[in-house]
Amino acid sequence: MKMRTALLGAAAAFAFAPMAQAERGTDGNVNVIYWQAPSILNPFLSGGTKDVEASSIILEPLARYNPEGVLVPFLAEEIPTLENGGVSEDLKSITWKLQPDLLWSDGTPVTAEDAVFTWQYCTHPEGGCAQLSKYNGVSNVEAVDDLTIKISFEDAQPNPYGPMVGGQSPILQKAQFENCLGTKAPECTDANFGPIGTGPFRVVDFRTNDVIQLEANPNYRDPAKPAFATMTFKGGGDAEAAGRAVLETGEFDYAWNLQLAPTVIASMAAAGKGKAISAFGTLVERIEVNMTWADPSLPEGERSTAKHPHPILSDLNVRKAISMAIDREILTEIGYGQAGRATCNLVPAPAAYASPNTDCMVQDIEGAKALLEQSGWTVGAGGIREKDGMQLKLLFQSSTNAVRQDFQALIKQWWSEIGVEAELKNVAGSVFFGADPGSPDTFQKFYADVEMYANNFDGTDPQAYLASYTCDKAPRPETQWQGENVNRFCDPAYDEVVEELARTGEITRRQELAIRLNEILTKDTYTIIPLVDRGRVSAHSNSLGGVSLNTWDSEMWNVADWYRVK
Amino acid sequence: MTDLPDSLAAARPPRNQWWDVWDQFRSHKGALIGSVILALTLFSVLAGPWLWGVDPTFINIRMRDQPPSLAHPLGTDQLGRDMLARLFAGGQITIAVGMTAMALSILLGTLIGVLAGYFRRIDGPLMRLTDLFLALPLLPLLLLMVMLFREPLVGSFGPEGGIFALIVVAIGVTSWMQTARIVRGDVLALKEREFVLASRSIGTPARRMILRHILPNVMSPIMVSATLGVANAVITESALSFLGLGFPPDFPTWGRLLNDGLAYINLSPERVIWPAIALSALVLSINYIGDGLRDALDPRIRGR
Amino acid sequence: MLTFALRRLLMAVPTLLFISLVIFLLLELAPGDPVADMPLTIPPEVREKIRISLGLGEPMHVRYALWLYNLFVTEPSYWIDALFGTDLAQGSQRIISFQTRAPVFDTIAERMPQTLIVVGMGYVVGVLIALPIGIISAYRQYSVFDQIGTFISMVGFSVPTFVTGVMLIVVFSVWLGWFPSIYDTTLQVTDWPSFVKQMRQMVMPVFVLALYNAAQISRYMRASMLDNMTQDYVRTARAKGMSERVVILKHVLRNSMIPVVTVIALGVPGVFTGAIITENVFKVNGLGQQLLLSIQGNDAPMVLTISFIFAILIVLFNLIADLLYGLLDPRIRYD
Repeated sequence: MKMRTALLGAAAAFAFAPMAQAERGTDGNVNVIYWQAPSILNPFLSGGTKDVEASSIILEPLARYNPEGVLVPFLAEEIPTLENGGVSEDLKSITWKLQPDLLWSDGTPVTAEDAVFTWQYCTHPEGGCAQLSKYNGVSNVEAVDDLTIKISFEDAQPNPYGPMVGGQSPILQKAQFENCLGTKAPECTDANFGPIGTGPFRVVDFRTNDVIQLEANPNYRDPAKPAFATMTFKGGGDAEAAGRAVLETGEFDYAWNLQLAPTVIASMAAAGKGKAISAFGTLVERIEVNMTWADPSLPEGERSTAKHPHPILSDLNVRKAISMAIDREILTEIGYGQAGRATCNLVPAPAAYASPNTDCMVQDIEGAKALLEQSGWTVGAGGIREKDGMQLKLLFQSSTNAVRQDFQALIKQWWSEIGVEAELKNVAGSVFFGADPGSPDTFQKFYADVEMYANNFDGTDPQAYLASYTCDKAPRPETQWQGENVNRFCDPAYDEVVEELARTGEITRRQELAIRLNEILTKDTYTIIPLVDRGRVSAHSNSLGGVSLNTWDSEMWNVADWYRVK
Repeated sequence: MTDLPDSLAAARPPRNQWWDVWDQFRSHKGALIGSVILALTLFSVLAGPWLWGVDPTFINIRMRDQPPSLAHPLGTDQLGRDMLARLFAGGQITIAVGMTAMALSILLGTLIGVLAGYFRRIDGPLMRLTDLFLALPLLPLLLLMVMLFREPLVGSFGPEGGIFALIVVAIGVTSWMQTARIVRGDVLALKEREFVLASRSIGTPARRMILRHILPNVMSPIMVSATLGVANAVITESALSFLGLGFPPDFPTWGRLLNDGLAYINLSPERVIWPAIALSALVLSINYIGDGLRDALDPRIRGR
Repeated sequence: MLTFALRRLLMAVPTLLFISLVIFLLLELAPGDPVADMPLTIPPEVREKIRISLGLGEPMHVRYALWLYNLFVTEPSYWIDALFGTDLAQGSQRIISFQTRAPVFDTIAERMPQTLIVVGMGYVVGVLIALPIGIISAYRQYSVFDQIGTFISMVGFSVPTFVTGVMLIVVFSVWLGWFPSIYDTTLQVTDWPSFVKQMRQMVMPVFVLALYNAAQISRYMRASMLDNMTQDYVRTARAKGMSERVVILKHVLRNSMIPVVTVIALGVPGVFTGAIITENVFKVNGLGQQLLLSIQGNDAPMVLTISFIFAILIVLFNLIADLLYGLLDPRIRYD
């Protein structure tokens, strides 16, 4: 009996060992698979999510968002706020203090100069830095002393946590990148493929678009971490193969962003080798309505411009009806399962910024029909409604993606029930999301009536995101078809609220204004028809512990805490 | 043929040589089975939708991911659409695209191959053209074609007809090169053969030389190319629709069914297996018919 | 023959330059944007700056000329520097990929070995299977062997490789667990166990490729053999009392090789650019996978360079095929 208790105790001690007395590099190798392969480890030269996430294992910012969307210090000692004096009263500067005794993985100390250099690197006029918008409005970054960084802004900045916060905006080592400014940036292949960082791992071998081999950083600030001695970061293939390798064959420990139908994930998870995990951020799958007319008979240069308001979709009742005909719960169930929530909002999170609007949740075919009747759209030939000789036909485009095509088919059927005929079109993502002004198929040019895609915002502040629907941001020939306001939505009242939001520092007022903007776009005008608040699904093997899925920052944000479950 | 006994020749009434071809074709077992399978496939994809009467695009969410049953003999897909109806509807498009694109590619390939092989003067330029087409990266070429021609074609032939024409032409003009190279190689050898030299020496014009002497002798590689061409066209079409360059997403071609089914291979492998069987049956039957035709057209085999 | 080969090689230079120009224009005119796959959170102004930093602000002819200069002057001088320790290049800019911001040729060199091993093996195995199958099927036309061979090769060709590949993975990796589903590109073959591991991970991709190639080549082999089997010279050879072996393998085979040589020669350049779909299904880091990624990412310098190498190989192997025709059938003469 005694023997048995002792054995049990030993077993228990063994089970808790990694938690209790973790030691760096005792857990061997961890295998991670991203079905999009990283092509570079310098997030400033490639904004691609895969590259940002891979580099976040090595490079770190001053602070990151945790899975709850709250800022936590990484290289900084604490988060500067108005209360602790880190943020100045006029909101024009923020002062960060680095943790003392931080070392780069080559053993040299981390100083405020590195941060200043990072700012210079990214804002160099010829560098083409992908994260330039993080430094919007920054007038100066200076090293007050070795450990103190002061960032000054041109105007009052209600949200000063842009520069050097979050996975997209880490700090580079000055010594390594000193000769890589501006046009020289792409020539520093060795640095771009093997940046020296402060993160838990450092690069041993980088093969572009294929695999990264990493080892524990000997100078990492927590001597007990990371638990793994080495890491293999494989990229490429497709989400199915990545899911299969973790959930079914157990070859890999972690698979990123499994964009697969819920039934497929469930069938893979049934093999019992691992589990799928999910979390929510701000990504919303939506239908955007074109307020301008893109008819092919119009002369080039006038299609999809404010010159020709849309003859059908300018009618609010039509926009509302096509929203009412959609059953968002079913879309969610089919396309995203546990990783989706039906939503009526453009800004679904953080909670304080999300409108309580739930008007669109219930599908109402009869109500939609009544609205159309009320506007004078009567059922004509073939069950398609018409008014003044114009048939209610819409061209519905989206990017190529299995779930989106399923959504298109479903929505087409619901619309046909209310007498709206949809012609479907899908375009390869590389063309659709490209900004080639010569291509008729980009989402900005919007040579269609409605289109579906997903978008989100970095961090937790939606100001810039909501500001993209002002009149002047409409893509048009004069702007080479660049601009974020793809709907060509234009309402001076909206623009005014956006300006007010930019001036306001007080947090509850900001939240009110953001909610107001969200409601103008969604339930007041139905310019944007939100469908699903899309979470992220990733998977890890049963033997990988410490995973905490984060949608506000890189999924690799806490890779230092990962360990092998024994 | 001249040493045929006179009595035999007199006993049989003179008849069209195509009857001989048909007789030979009929006696070829594989060809006969192939024809029957092809006829069955054609019949089912043409009459199937009419007999089965289920709308292939009708979505019934409550009936999704169903295994085969009486109501849905091949089950349903992830949106509850009937797989049998989709297989029928897809077959129409797939077979039409496969056959037309193959015909176009074989026509182009044979024409260029024969011209290059027979006329030395244009051999160089034509083969360099072939090299160029072989070297062009397919995907950007197709993207460009779609960008330039989709709207005008859709405008003039309607969404289905326009995209059909676009896809057929796109596949046709990007897949003729292999046939051309093969045909040219054979023609180069053929034109030095005795019978060609002989007929040239009696002054046969080039056109008749090609049609009567060269072409019949390069039929067999052309037949093989044609068979492989159908499979190739169907697969290219599926890749195109996968990339969003093909038919609208709710058109169920066999290639698309294969692609869509692949994600569900664990859950319901039959979603991949049925289109794969249909596709293989189509290609196999064409192959056997090609075999039979080749034998039937060869006067040395015929009558033996 | 030699003068013919030399003349053709000389002719190849303008041909290749023209091909490169056409490919360049094609990539220019095709829709697409190298910053398309970046998240939408990056605003349009920043995207425009990135485009300019990639050199896309320059006019078309300048970019093409720069690419040509880099390909024929800068790159070779880098190779010479690397070999002899000279300093011809003097730090001038090489051809840089948009996606990786690294020299294009480094990536190609990194991926070449896996491509040649896996795709090359698939091709060689395919050819080695195809020739005997084609010969036997023709010799014993309509025998059981022929029927089975026809059936397998037609199914092998008509089911696309992305389906056969995934089916193999589901059966052999998921159900049986015999082979890994993901190719380990970091594996170094140093001893017996690592060699076995390498073989295990190569089985499935090589099989898929070999099946596909064998299906195609064996059909041409069979058809061509059948054509020749009924020729007069075969009857003559048999009448002279030659053994069947000599008749088939020496006379018929040699005369049937022309279309087969054409097909095989057309396929060899494909080995270098890889098998796009198969590499992607099994995660082999070959050139085909890179080409696909680059096309999707609108990485013009990478696509242009890989396509150009491909064009060189096509021109070269088509020339080799033409020379082989002359060897196989001495009546074909080039002058």
